[in-house]
Amino acid sequence: MARHGWGALLGTHALLALATVVAVFPILYAFQVSTLTFQEVFAFPPKLAPGHAFLANLAQAWERVGLGTLLLNSSVIALTVALGKMCLAVMAAFAFTYFRDFPGKGACFVIILITHMLPLPVRIVPTFQLMETLGWVNSYQALTIPFFASATGTLLFRQFFLTMPPALSEAARVDGAGPLVFLVRILLPLSANNLAALFMVEFLYMWNEYLWPLIITSSNDMRVVQVGIKMLVATDAQAEWNVIMAGVVAAMAPPLIVLLLLQRSFVRSISLGQEKG
Amino acid sequence: MEGRFPNRILPYALLFPSIAIVVAFLIVPSLQALRLAFFEVSPFTGRGLFVGLSNFRVLMESDIYRHSLEITLLIAGGIVLAGMTASLAVAVLASQPLRGLGVYRVAILWPYALSPAVAGTIWALLFDPSTGPATLLIRALTGLSPNWMMNGTYAVWVVVIAAAWKMLGFNVVFFLAGLQAVPGELREAAQVDGAGAARVFWRITFPILSPITFFLFVMNSLYAFFELFGLIDVMTQGGPGGATDILIYRLYQDAFISARWGMGSAQSILLFVMVGILTALQFRFAGRRVFYG
Repeated sequence: MARHGWGALLGTHALLALATVVAVFPILYAFQVSTLTFQEVFAFPPKLAPGHAFLANLAQAWERVGLGTLLLNSSVIALTVALGKMCLAVMAAFAFTYFRDFPGKGACFVIILITHMLPLPVRIVPTFQLMETLGWVNSYQALTIPFFASATGTLLFRQFFLTMPPALSEAARVDGAGPLVFLVRILLPLSANNLAALFMVEFLYMWNEYLWPLIITSSNDMRVVQVGIKMLVATDAQAEWNVIMAGVVAAMAPPLIVLLLLQRSFVRSISLGQEKG
Repeated sequence: MEGRFPNRILPYALLFPSIAIVVAFLIVPSLQALRLAFFEVSPFTGRGLFVGLSNFRVLMESDIYRHSLEITLLIAGGIVLAGMTASLAVAVLASQPLRGLGVYRVAILWPYALSPAVAGTIWALLFDPSTGPATLLIRALTGLSPNWMMNGTYAVWVVVIAAAWKMLGFNVVFFLAGLQAVPGELREAAQVDGAGAARVFWRITFPILSPITFFLFVMNSLYAFFELFGLIDVMTQGGPGGATDILIYRLYQDAFISARWGMGSAQSILLFVMVGILTALQFRFAGRRVFYG
């Protein structure tokens, strides 16, 4: 590539810098607007330096839609679902890979794979009715338990476990360690990368879920932060972007932090998946 | 078999939670949706009347539903074409063995952390008719500054831009992983033989990338069909005049605003058919790759 010279190098950097600006600028601009006063938002020419009104805007948003409760609810459901999915996926993948073949193994695998074919919208009315029957409307149960099964996670860990050398579990067996001891002491520490990647994907997924929380919760105590954004947008006749963006910052900061912390594991986990084909 | 544990009960115990959740909350409700689709349910008494295929016939003959299907396909097509082309270009540039390209790979994934609702709100801000930077930029370039969200055609494009923007980094990460699998020697050999960059890309890189391209096509389509509810609800509520009334928004309106359970379930079944087609294509052409979705 060196023979392409400086022109190609500069061009590549310029195009990639442009793409990065397209990706990042909207997020930074949302932060910027959340620090301005209402007058500054509509100033011309636009104010480019950060303002000093972030805390005042956040306090406004906090008061209008009860952001504290919304953030707490989103945290509870996103953490519960991410951890629940990780546990169930590891258990299922372990059952598929580390035991002698058992009757019904193939059927169980198909049942878990079917999850991919049945996203919430294709079963939303009966699932809603089921929640009513169970008395789970406006509850954490409705916002977490139906999401616990993970075909993604089960496939991810199954694929990973299949690449482990059989000698590993054989050695554990010879030493008299049971399967669960082997899973917890040996296999899970080796899976750290995949665990982190799955946690990131599922935390983001659940934190960002919108439709199900919207229909299954009606009390302000049980609302989540995504629905809170809509409530902020809807309460304004003339969009008070500074207050709305303070709410947006509150809604996007936790998933952005999770992404920044776990991004490397996520990317590495994808690369490994590619090499195995 | 070497390395396998002999326990007979334990694997069932380990599988039980996953199977129980899938059966109780996914399979049984899906079968009930199929059944409900053949009933008309009274919003007042909750009682159902068997109506056969009537719900499906009504949907197929409804201009509103057909328009909703068309607009969903248009938006999905826009996201797939614009989003994936841009992502592939970025990935090819960023995969070059040049120094200092790592910085871009990190930052470009950020929008993936955002929800469709947040992405929609931010892009509504960027396209604000009086202060939005996108509005100001387009006015400077073309002299046009319409009220984007009041015009059906423009609103569709703003929705496509916001939705494709959110998937940009996700696509790039997968394309980059796919590009790592392209043997460098193969490209170098072709270059030594005098093939130009475009020829190397179309003859070598693109064919090797095709499984990942297909995988991303399916993921982006599923995203366009199923994940955009929040974005639409925050940006346009299906408007103006139904211009962004995508299938998932229509389903929500019919099932949960008008309480037409049977009609809603019939729409669910039609959505299931579309997932079925996409999943079948996925297994046929891209193999059993881990879905991140």
